Amino acid sequence: MTAMPTITDEERSELRRHGILLTSVEELYNWGRSHSVWPLQFGLACCAIEMIAASMARFDIARFGSEVFRPSPRQADLLIVSGTVTKKMAPQVVRLWNQMAEPKYCIAMGACAISGGPFKRGYNVLKGIDRFVPVDIYIPGCPPRPEALLHGLMELQKKISGQSIKGPDAPRHLRADTSCEYPVPEFGEHDLLPPKNPDVWQAPDSSRKQ
Amino acid sequence: METPDQICHRLLARFPSAEISVLQNPGPAAQHSLLVGPASVREVAEFLRDDPLLRLDFCSNVTGVDWPDKVVVDVTKSTVPDPAGGPPKVTEQKTEHTQPGYLEVVYHLYSVALRHGPVIIRTRTANRTDAVTLPSLTPVWRAAEFQEREVFDLFGVVFSGHPDLRRILMWDGYKDHPMRRDYVEPEDYEWEPTPHGDLVDKSKRAHAPKPAGGPTP
Amino acid sequence: MSLTGDSPLFPSGGAHVRAVNDEFHGDLLEVSMGPHHPSTHGVFRMIVTLDGERIVKLKPVLGYLHRNHEKIGEGTSYLASMPYTDRLDYLNAMTNNWAYALSVERLGGLAVPERAEYLRIILAELSRLQNHVCLAGFLLQDTGASGTPLMYAFRERETILDLFESLSGSRMMCNYQRFGGCRVDASPEWLGQVSTLVDGFGAFLDEFEQLITGNEILMSRTQGIGVLKAADAVAAGITGPLLRAAGVGYDIRKVDGYGLYNRFNFRVPLGAHGDTYDRYMVRILEMRESITILQQALRDIPTGPIMDPKAKLRGFRPKPGESYGRIEGPKGEIGFYLISDGSANPYRYRVRPPSFVNLTVLEDLCLGHTIADSVVILGSIDIVLGEVDR
Repeated sequence: MTAMPTITDEERSELRRHGILLTSVEELYNWGRSHSVWPLQFGLACCAIEMIAASMARFDIARFGSEVFRPSPRQADLLIVSGTVTKKMAPQVVRLWNQMAEPKYCIAMGACAISGGPFKRGYNVLKGIDRFVPVDIYIPGCPPRPEALLHGLMELQKKISGQSIKGPDAPRHLRADTSCEYPVPEFGEHDLLPPKNPDVWQAPDSSRKQ
Repeated sequence: METPDQICHRLLARFPSAEISVLQNPGPAAQHSLLVGPASVREVAEFLRDDPLLRLDFCSNVTGVDWPDKVVVDVTKSTVPDPAGGPPKVTEQKTEHTQPGYLEVVYHLYSVALRHGPVIIRTRTANRTDAVTLPSLTPVWRAAEFQEREVFDLFGVVFSGHPDLRRILMWDGYKDHPMRRDYVEPEDYEWEPTPHGDLVDKSKRAHAPKPAGGPTP
Repeated sequence: MSLTGDSPLFPSGGAHVRAVNDEFHGDLLEVSMGPHHPSTHGVFRMIVTLDGERIVKLKPVLGYLHRNHEKIGEGTSYLASMPYTDRLDYLNAMTNNWAYALSVERLGGLAVPERAEYLRIILAELSRLQNHVCLAGFLLQDTGASGTPLMYAFRERETILDLFESLSGSRMMCNYQRFGGCRVDASPEWLGQVSTLVDGFGAFLDEFEQLITGNEILMSRTQGIGVLKAADAVAAGITGPLLRAAGVGYDIRKVDGYGLYNRFNFRVPLGAHGDTYDRYMVRILEMRESITILQQALRDIPTGPIMDPKAKLRGFRPKPGESYGRIEGPKGEIGFYLISDGSANPYRYRVRPPSFVNLTVLEDLCLGHTIADSVVILGSIDIVLGEVDR
């Protein structure tokens, strides 16, 4: 965050008590974006049921601004990958991601979306959606409780609030150096081609850090 | 309901040239099955479905099983008497031969009309490589349609007479039959970091000999 | 015309639309519904060929959630496969666990104590309640009542999930049944909570039905839609409420009498027409019968152990042999076929999924109806992709 001069938070709250609101464009922009994140109605497996439960009356994701789950990717901001991504489904997920308009975010919900989960040793299971799609928030669990999903959403809101309009912290669509199109994998004879996207994912480093 | 032996007896009386035998199931479940040769399995199935005593009109489960080639070691002991008058010498001769493997399809049949079951029939292919064709029982029980497609997809058994034999679970361009025992996954090793590495380092630091003076880390 | 959706213009998969010229019927439209579609109940794809709005051909494409559960089962010990069975029909973990435990108990010749059988029945019927009420909610969502009946359904489901959580530790993936009994005993307080829920569920069903069952939009959208005849259903291997709505009185709880269901007094509702409305009503009536079963179980549950003392869970090596065990799950017959070769892992581990076999008739039910009806018909078949694709 670039340092803006002069006014402190106490002075701001003092002014607010007198009915004078002061903010910056960046704060206003981020406040609007983070409190109206509309997820894509996209559920793959068991985690999808907990996602539906999070949108129901008891856990109520609508209080956090995610009022509507849009069925069309053109109208959604957030892709919650909830459930196992299989190799057969992976091109479709990447295609949906490409169809979403920037600014867009991705939450990998559940162990299967993070790394393949309990089904990791499978010939048809993609070992984590972050091989093809850049994930912002990872929510562990199998399945994570709806409260965990809400916590993940709150963390995403914090992340969005921390993004600035200019500079290296800017979101993807405001930067000239990043691409917003991700290549879609093809079905090969034994596996996906390519099995991972090297721009998005590198294998964890096995050397131990001292 | 009749036992598998009684059913086998009646089947052999009806189809004298068919290869039908009872395969004993050794475990406590005692669900014995009928092993039927591929040439006669379709007519046996129709008989089982239409016979008034059995009326097995409901095919519940179609399973594929892969039995790979087995190396069988035959040990023959021969006793040679000792010319010196001592105890006879026992020599062992080991011969190895490969028992060819096969793919097997198991059908579990129940009767909704007479409320009994299961009657289990199995057929086997000749080998696992080129003679993998079996007659499809989808014309007899439509329940086998999707399940036989799955056996084709995952094991490679070709069902002749199936109305729509194509892959069902894997994508169409896929070349392998993954449920076979000799399937090798594509090389995709991913090292997983675990907390253990950091914890071991932390404990090494915590239990390191303390330097003279100053607090421990 | 390729049925899998491959085309030189669009890569395989994804939502695309092509015009297909058929010399007899003029222009037919081929629409790929799914795998991402709000109403396909998971990642399920239907390639529908339309003549205007009428369906002339429908081919389901499966496998988008194929997680090679059976291959994993061959490499895992019997006990370690139990959590994987939770993830098959992920709405009803308790009944999946029971079907697997039943198969393994048949394979190993294990006996189950009486209290454990009663607990299993209580949990299975609770699972059936929450499954059917969710199905009613999702079916109404498919007809367009976006969200409200589902909210009521999920409100009741949450109370049942709280019960599962306090007993087994997890809302959905319970991993509760073991070979020879159950994992954790139920306290009298827990049984009291079940009793309170069961006593109040009848009133909830009355409220739900008052809102929905006589609703004229539901009736006009579901009556006469997707008619399944009894003979077709039996030949196609259909089980569960789909079969009973077609008029065939085959309920595995009555036929096999597994567990201690023979001691319980309950009716099996049958449909008269085999259409979508009958499938909905059969499920509502089955919920009422589940309430009677629960009341009887709570009244008669004995004290005693919940685990066979001779059962050895870790290092469980059954004798070589095979077994097929099945139960009446909320979606139909769920069965497990296990072949043991005497080692700690099964040689062949096969799941007989009800939703997979029930999809055989999807094309027949949808032919001649409009594309909007196909969504409602699919909703009434009640599929869960975790089970269909395994």
